[in-house]
Amino acid sequence: MLSRRNFQRKGDKVRLRLDVHERILLNELLDELERLLDDPDDPELRRLFPPAYSEPTDDEQYRSLVRDQLVSGRAKALVTVRETLVAETLDLEQADQWLRALNDMRLVLGTRWDVTEQLDYGQLDPNDPRDRELAVYGYLSWLQEQLVEALQPASGR
Amino acid sequence: MSTLVAPAEVEVSEPSIEEDWLEDRPWVVIVWNDPINLMSYVTLVFQKLFGFSLAKATKLMLQVHNEGKAVVSSGNREKSELDVARLHAHGLWATMQQD
Repeated sequence: MLSRRNFQRKGDKVRLRLDVHERILLNELLDELERLLDDPDDPELRRLFPPAYSEPTDDEQYRSLVRDQLVSGRAKALVTVRETLVAETLDLEQADQWLRALNDMRLVLGTRWDVTEQLDYGQLDPNDPRDRELAVYGYLSWLQEQLVEALQPASGR
Repeated sequence: MSTLVAPAEVEVSEPSIEEDWLEDRPWVVIVWNDPINLMSYVTLVFQKLFGFSLAKATKLMLQVHNEGKAVVSSGNREKSELDVARLHAHGLWATMQQD
């Protein structure tokens, strides 16, 4: 799985290659994140909506100003990914929405399982539900890494 | 320090000078290290949001990674809030405080 490139830059487009299992998995993750976004105060989403201020009253004010916009921006990225899940190419704007959606998925899984920088994928047990989600997290990291590379400003030249 | 009588005007004017000075102090936006965001992604977000070169964005990302945090922008309160919100929209762990 790791030898094939899922995202490849072609001029001002990004070529997308996903097999059916990858699309099914991403579709499930989109469903889950969309469901979670119905309640932005869910503790699993705390890394998506971190505090701006250490002072609670200031932070309350910040949240009331930006919360709706942050939620709708995230929801929009999920819609874009869903609409382009079977596409062969993405334009750069769509690819940017993919990048943000993949990152949000990773933030939710990483927060849920309290991942560390030293996560050792070789030690994962496929029969353990936690380890299965960590394997998904690792897969999303690989996808995101490729997409970052494809979107580097120098890549289009 | 003790005095028997203090002029009322002085008592009233002092805090307001203090407040004005506090209001005018610049704000800084800080990005904190976290175990989830990819180093390459953080670099790309810095380039995209602040127009930094790859070299400058990489240097700041490494400062976040190695030292735990880095100041990525500064300015008045409104600008800093906008920068924090844009960083939050991209999933980075950003806060703001007065310098």
